[in-house]
This record gives sequence, C-alpha cells and structure tokens, in this order.
Amino acid sequence: MARTLGLFKTAPPSARFGAAVVVAYGVVAVLAPILAPYGETQVVGVEFAAWSAQHWLGTDDLGRDVLSRLLYGARNTIGIAIITTVLAAVVGGTLGLVAGTLRGWVDQVLGRLVDVLMAVPSLILTLLLLAILGTSTFSMIAIIAMIEATRIFRLARALAYAIGAVDFVTAARVRGEGLVWIIFREVLPNAGAPLIAEFGLRFCFVFLFIATLSFLGLGIQPPAADWGSMVRDNATLISYGQMSPLIPAAAIALLTLAVNLIVDWLVHQASGLRE
Amino acid sequence: MPDFTSMILSRLALGVLTLVAVSAVVFFSMDLLPGDVAQQMLGQAGTPEAVANIRHDLGLDRPIGQRYVAWMSGILHGDFGRSLASGRPIAEIATGRLLNTLFLASFAAVVSIPLSVGLGIVAAFYRRRPADTAINLFTLFAISLPEFLIAYLLIYLFTVKARWAPSLAVVGADTPLPERLHKTVLPVMTLTLAVAAHMTRLTRAAIVNVLASPYIEMARIKGLHPWRVIVRHALPNALGPIVSVVVLNLAYLIVGVVVVEVVFTYPGLGQLMVDSVSKRDVPVVQASCLIFAATYITLNLVADLMSILCDPRS
Repeated sequence: MARTLGLFKTAPPSARFGAAVVVAYGVVAVLAPILAPYGETQVVGVEFAAWSAQHWLGTDDLGRDVLSRLLYGARNTIGIAIITTVLAAVVGGTLGLVAGTLRGWVDQVLGRLVDVLMAVPSLILTLLLLAILGTSTFSMIAIIAMIEATRIFRLARALAYAIGAVDFVTAARVRGEGLVWIIFREVLPNAGAPLIAEFGLRFCFVFLFIATLSFLGLGIQPPAADWGSMVRDNATLISYGQMSPLIPAAAIALLTLAVNLIVDWLVHQASGLRE
Repeated sequence: MPDFTSMILSRLALGVLTLVAVSAVVFFSMDLLPGDVAQQMLGQAGTPEAVANIRHDLGLDRPIGQRYVAWMSGILHGDFGRSLASGRPIAEIATGRLLNTLFLASFAAVVSIPLSVGLGIVAAFYRRRPADTAINLFTLFAISLPEFLIAYLLIYLFTVKARWAPSLAVVGADTPLPERLHKTVLPVMTLTLAVAAHMTRLTRAAIVNVLASPYIEMARIKGLHPWRVIVRHALPNALGPIVSVVVLNLAYLIVGVVVVEVVFTYPGLGQLMVDSVSKRDVPVVQASCLIFAATYITLNLVADLMSILCDPRS
C-alpha cells in the first residue's frame, strides 16, 4: 500500500487526476445518505421541475429530486459494478490460474468452453440470457460476471501458463508442493501487475455495460436510482433543449475516463517503457 | 503453398465449428437455465393443462436433441420459427429489420474506416507532437463516453440547437435513399465516433510498431521523405494488423447498432431484440442472437483470413 502511494508521487498529472476523481466518487458513494438532500425514491414535487434553490438539478419524470438520485446513483451504479467485477475476477482468475497451472484436460475443456462463450458478442449473449432468466438486478450481475470471467480467464490462464514454465515453479512442483501453494505462493505474486491492470479495464467495461443495459431498461430495476436508467427516464427533456438528463451520463463518462487514465499509467509502468 | 491452403482451410473449419457450437449454446441455454417458458408466458393464471398445451405447441415435450436438429434444419431452410408475442413467422419480422441494420452498419463503415485509418496515419507521422496528443486525447475521450451519451449530445447539438438533422430515424421499406441517408445521419455519426476511436488508436500503434524496425531506420538514413517512409515502407507491413482491426471493428459495429437503434428508434434487428427481451419472446431473441453471432463470427473469420493474405511470407 505504501509502495503504491509512493508510486503515485511520480505519477503523471493524468493519472493523478484519475485517482482524484476515483476517490471523489468513492466518497460520494459512501456518504450518499448524508449528502443527499432528499430520499432516493422520495417524491418531493411536481414532475420535471426546473433547477431551483430547493432542487438544484430539478426533479425527474416522477417528481423526485435529481441531485439526490444522482448521489444515490453513485452508490448503486458503482457498487453493483464493483460486485460484478470482483465476482468475475474471483471466478475467472481462479479458474484461469488453475487451468494454466494444471494444463492437460482441465485446461482444454475450460479453454474450449471460454472460446465458445467469447465467440458471441457480450451484449448479444447478455440479451439472450436476460430473455430466458427474466430481467432482474440479480440475474444481470450473474450474467455479466460470467461473461467477464471468460475474459479474465484468458489472461490469467496465459500468465499462469507462462509462469508455470519457469524453473522456480518446476522446483516447487518437484518439492511436492500442492496446487494451492503453487498458485498462491509461486504464480500469483508474479502475475499481480497485469491482473490488476486487467481488473481496472474490466471494471470500466462492466460499469459502461451495466449503464447501457439500464439505459435499455434491462439492467438495474426501478425504483433504485442508477445513472443509465436516469438518462432513459428523462431523455424527453433533451428535445426541449434541456441538458440535465445528460448529467448522469457525463458522470459515467468521467469515471470511465478516470479509471482508463490510471490503467494507462499502470500498464505503462508495468511494461517498463520509458518512451 | 500447400501450407497456405491448409492454414486457410483449417481456419474455415474452425469458423464453422464455432458457429455450430454457438448455435447449440443459443438453443440449449433455454433448457439448461431455470424457468419454464410456457409457465412464464401464462403467469399465475396457467392451469397445468394450458401449460401442457403451450409446451406442446412450442414442441417442448419432444426430446431435446430432436428439437435442436429440427430447429437448425428449419433455420438452414430460412424458417426461424414463430414469435411468441405476435404469432408471426420470425423470418418475416426479421428480414426487413436485418436489412435496415446492415444499411446502418455499412453507412457507418463507409464513413468511419477511411476517417480512422487516415487519422491513425497522421497520428503515427506526428507521433509525440501536438497533433498526435490531440488525436490521442480525443480518442481516449470518445472511448470513455457511453454510446447513448454521444447519441444524445449529437441530438442536442444537431436537432435541438442547429435543427439540421432529425432525431428520429423512423424509416420504412419504401423510404427513398436520400431521405433515408438524411434520417440516419445522426445514428451514423454516433457509431462513427464510437468505433473510429479504437481503429485510430490501433492503426497508430500498428504503424509505430513497424517504425521501430531497422529497415525503417535505413530508409530514413537514405534521406527519404518522412511521408514516403510511412506510406511506402511502414504502411505495407502494418497492413495485416490494420486490416484485422478494421474488420473486427465492423464486427463491433454490428453489435453497437443495438443501443443506437434504441435511441433513434430505428427499426433494426437490435431494437427488435431489445423489445423481445422485455416481452420475453424467447424464439425471436434466439433468432436475432444467432444472426448477430453468425455475422460476428463470420467477420472475425474474415479478419483472420485477411491478415493471413496480407502477409506475403505465407
């Protein structure tokens, strides 16, 4: 942790900006109930009220305070994206490391399964599975985590495969260490940097993906506040020349940009390029 | 030479195999996952007899292998089954919409490919100079924007403020071409912004990668004009990766249309699929999924074949 903080002192302005934005979003997400002037689903006035002292960003299509929903939205949108990414990383990462270390038929079976799942574009596969399972926040998390797990599996497997060929892993094998030891003590410490960068990229992807699904009305279900469905619900205002429905979308874009900037720098750092 | 042929043949065989595997996933996922479609269609009101009737109508009471073979052979003959919601044949509903989607995607491809390859070459030429930095920042920015934000920003700028293009792209089979082009201007701009960023970045990366090789150094030392070094010496060797990036982005376009079609209420296959998901019209979703996946797999295959063909060593 201290090393990471020390690294940030040498970070370029872009990565520092990204880190500042991520921290700010985290604070808003955690403190949403304190910061928000009204409740998440509380109806406080007429529909589509203009910006005013009571409602800084006006009210939405059901008369709820937009600012409050924006703050609570940080909680739901980012929280669900983190849960999904962690789930995907644990499942995909573990299976990938096991497949790459064990090799043999386990590797073959998992590899071919992932090939087939990756041959279908993720949005299309998600739509298919949502049609079968029914739209709910829970099934969305499960489906996206499974799809993202295939991407993380690929990378983790390739890393474990490459590291597994190095002498110190052979030495551990010959010593008679078990699979768990080899994965956690030999392989994982050497695969950390690329896996963390991948986690950041995957988070961006999941976050945008959930926002898109919610925008299509198939993601996070009402009345929970989330940025994708907020755009969808209030989009009619845009044709009257109002920009406020785009604020949640801009919030999505800013966070994605920030994480991308950090990941860019991490990848650059890990690759050892000094260009 | 036989090596070359066998490489292409094995790639083709792999493509066909992938298609078959994906069709199986699309078909069997309905049975593997919890939830009975017949039960769900009827909801609380479904008596056991009514559920059994629907199951029979859908053919759900036959063995699963038999149903898969019947489904696949139907599709190969152009019969995708019937929609649960409207009862109409899916082939009839989907054909016009598929054509609309292909029109939108090709229009976007015609605009975005020359634009992004051009920008990528410019960025590689002026690398680490202001023009490159500007292109780099702009593309990073465009990648971070969700498609629906790009779409609404364009609607705000060009429909509400400039009153220059319509925000609804409702077209029919008999819409004349000029009107069709005018109505799809904003969807195409949205798609272009979404895919051009990736293509530009990867084109630049492919050329910069080649620029590090000694023969480029040689060309420079000979005193060739920098543009000539890029266009005549670097570009041909970067062509393989660029072509495959372009084709892969075409594959992405096919999927990217889903969101854009919903925003602009464009009557394409993507919108049909999203609507059918909300209605839980599983046969229509399966059919659209298979069409999208088949297009995607075919384009991926084309990308692989093109990069093999672009490499004179093979």
